[in-house]
Amino acid sequence: MKDPVLEIRDLNVDYGLGDQAVHAVRDVSLTLHRGEVLGLAGESGSGKSTLAYGLTRLLPPPGVIRGGQVIYHPAAGPAYDVMALSHAELRAFRWAETSIVFQGAMNSLNPVYKVSTQLLDVIRAHEPRMPASARLARARELLRLVGIAADRMDSYPHQLSGGMRQRVMIGMALALEPQIVIMDEPTTALDVVMQRQILRQLIELRERLGFSVLFITHDLSLLVEFSDRIAIMYGGRIVEEAPAPALYRDSLHPYSDGLLHSFPALRGERRELTGIPGSPPDLRNMPTGCSFHPRCSKAFEPCPDRVPVLGHPRTPDGRTRTVACWLHPATG
Amino acid sequence: MTIRETPAAPTTEVVLEAAGLTKHFPVRRKLRSLFKPVRFVHAVDDVNLTLRRGRVTALVGESGSGKSTVARLLAQLYPRTGGEIKLHGQPTRVRGGRAFRAYARRVQMIFQDPFASLNPVHTVRYHLTRALRIHQRAGRTPADLETALCDLLTRVQLTPPERYLDKFPHELSGGQRQRVAIARALGADPTALLADEPVSMLDVSIRLGVLNLLRNLKERLNLAILYITHDIASARYFADDTMVMYAGRMVEGGDSETVTQRPAHPYTQLLIDSAPDPDQIQGGTGSVPRDAGGGEPPSLIDPPGGCRFHPRCPAVMPRCSTDLPPRLEIGDAPGHWAACWLYDPAGAAPSGTPAAREIGS
Ligand SMILES: Nc1ncnc2c1ncn2[C@@H]1O[C@H](COP(=O)(O)OP(=O)(O)OP(=O)(O)O)[C@@H](O)[C@H]1O
Ligand SMILES: Nc1ncnc2c1ncn2[C@@H]1O[C@H](COP(=O)(O)OP(=O)(O)OP(=O)(O)O)[C@@H](O)[C@H]1O
Ligand SMILES: [Mg+2]
Ligand SMILES: [Mg+2]
Repeated sequence: MKDPVLEIRDLNVDYGLGDQAVHAVRDVSLTLHRGEVLGLAGESGSGKSTLAYGLTRLLPPPGVIRGGQVIYHPAAGPAYDVMALSHAELRAFRWAETSIVFQGAMNSLNPVYKVSTQLLDVIRAHEPRMPASARLARARELLRLVGIAADRMDSYPHQLSGGMRQRVMIGMALALEPQIVIMDEPTTALDVVMQRQILRQLIELRERLGFSVLFITHDLSLLVEFSDRIAIMYGGRIVEEAPAPALYRDSLHPYSDGLLHSFPALRGERRELTGIPGSPPDLRNMPTGCSFHPRCSKAFEPCPDRVPVLGHPRTPDGRTRTVACWLHPATG
Repeated sequence: MTIRETPAAPTTEVVLEAAGLTKHFPVRRKLRSLFKPVRFVHAVDDVNLTLRRGRVTALVGESGSGKSTVARLLAQLYPRTGGEIKLHGQPTRVRGGRAFRAYARRVQMIFQDPFASLNPVHTVRYHLTRALRIHQRAGRTPADLETALCDLLTRVQLTPPERYLDKFPHELSGGQRQRVAIARALGADPTALLADEPVSMLDVSIRLGVLNLLRNLKERLNLAILYITHDIASARYFADDTMVMYAGRMVEGGDSETVTQRPAHPYTQLLIDSAPDPDQIQGGTGSVPRDAGGGEPPSLIDPPGGCRFHPRCPAVMPRCSTDLPPRLEIGDAPGHWAACWLYDPAGAAPSGTPAAREIGS
């Protein structure tokens, strides 16, 4: 399990150049291990999608990678830096090793083709030698995995509900049998029964096929249940990373705590929802010091002046987690 | 940013009422099957629904169960296959033109996707001005218009209004965009607002803000609101009443606290049991703890006979596959009903079946 498959080191991504640049991802280091589900959570605008696009070099302009490395460890053969690949190598990497479900993917199906046609195309591109009947069977199987009845295969995208389109996209991503699956808010349009069903399928498939998942969402409650580790992003930086149960039971960063208390609870007493006061930082005009300090109820003397570094806290489980907060200064 | 308790609704005047609402979409035929009978997607069947002034009614249910279709039927964006819609007691059937505009003035819709519902090449000012003009509320002078615009933005708490008026959609965050969409809907000065998943694309911190805003509007403007969501926990906090839909049919309804805390229909029970419950994690190395309920959503082209949930139902009885259950009173709270044979007073439920129960116990 502790075998890394993707190591992001000091990744920096900007939108635009020079003075106009927005630093959307700042000094992010994050490791995805083989066979694990790594959750990435944070408010809207915190840079989650930018990070996902950046590490696969799919950034739309004016996005630019300003620095950093993304080391990929293939199942066989030597590790290499994705940032240093040529375009041809990059295409091969993306096609064979990763698949991404983009945010808002439900609007990216081609409206003029049937769902079946689009799914079959993906399977054909991936496995050109597969006979047509086997492709069809595979397409049916994939739709079944995401809970779409086979008699809806010949629907056009506009004939499916929002959640059904989202599920088709998840099915397509799995069609490629990749090493790394990156999912950017893949289940926002789905009800909990369906979410759970799809996530269970994903976990089962992961066990069978051994891929790793980077799962991006703002739904922390979902992440807590089924990911192995969770990283929290704020203002372009990772501010905390910990095993899922530890993050839920004792989050160290006040921002993580705020996120955890923003959900209405279904069970037990109706709780007052506090949310997080204030609004997300303006990336063009970041607060000094810790960028969360203006919204933080626990801010104290060093917070407005100095940026806390991400490091191991002095807690008993300190070696298994990192946090960037002056309440828990990094050891060593 | 906190969600407050609502006091009992000030008035219960019915604004919008649907009875027997039905929508079947024809399935496109292939040339070679022209001689087979036309088939239909049974998207919505026999739905009854009442929206009252000053009340939020939540509509929850599985993806693909027909929630958006119900909203579009209520907004008269689709012709209906059957049933009746009454606005302030008057039966309505409008197809485009003047009648549609008059209807839309009363009943406005907010769409699921804040990223797609605003035109990227136009500013906030353009969107809102257009809404005001269509509904003849732009006033006579440019100053009137400016006042009306600022008033709309203030209502959705985008203040100061001047900061937002000339922005393009891509310059706004998701939550701000959804507020603009709500402002545009309010531009018609409606009595009913149909909000189709207004917050599901937004993150938690913004979500609370938009929900509180809708609640605030309900109270201040005495609106009737239909709140479509797949997040039943938010229905508990935000809606007065909750209705549950499964595969095109309503299966349960009642006040939100009762439906979420004592779900009666086995589908609602499954829905609630599936909600993320972080307190249940067991040290979680990626295991999904409780049974996800298994089973798959049914085909709507050839829906199951009897109760549409019966193939997945843990409490299924022989009659469930043949007889359609009517709305049956549960009796634990006024107005709590479920379309499920478990609650048939005539055929007492066999022992061992889950009847209405407390959750979380
Ligand atoms: N094309 C662009 N030009 C300038 N700034 C951009 C562009 N795209 C994104 N940004 C900015 O970069 C920041 C990070 O955006 P990103 O989409 O990565 O956030 P996110 O965490 O994925 O948010 P969400 O939860 O809303 O999807 C935001 O502040 C956004 O405004
Ligand atoms: N124009 C159409 N033609 C054919 N079928 C349609 C059309 N529009 C919707 N449907 C079908 O009707 C059913 C209900 O769709 P609807 O969009 O109302 O679901 P929903 O409950 O809103 O789902 P979601 O939660 O995923 O948004 C689905 O099976 C869908 O495929
Ligand atoms: Mg994003
Ligand atoms: Mg919908």
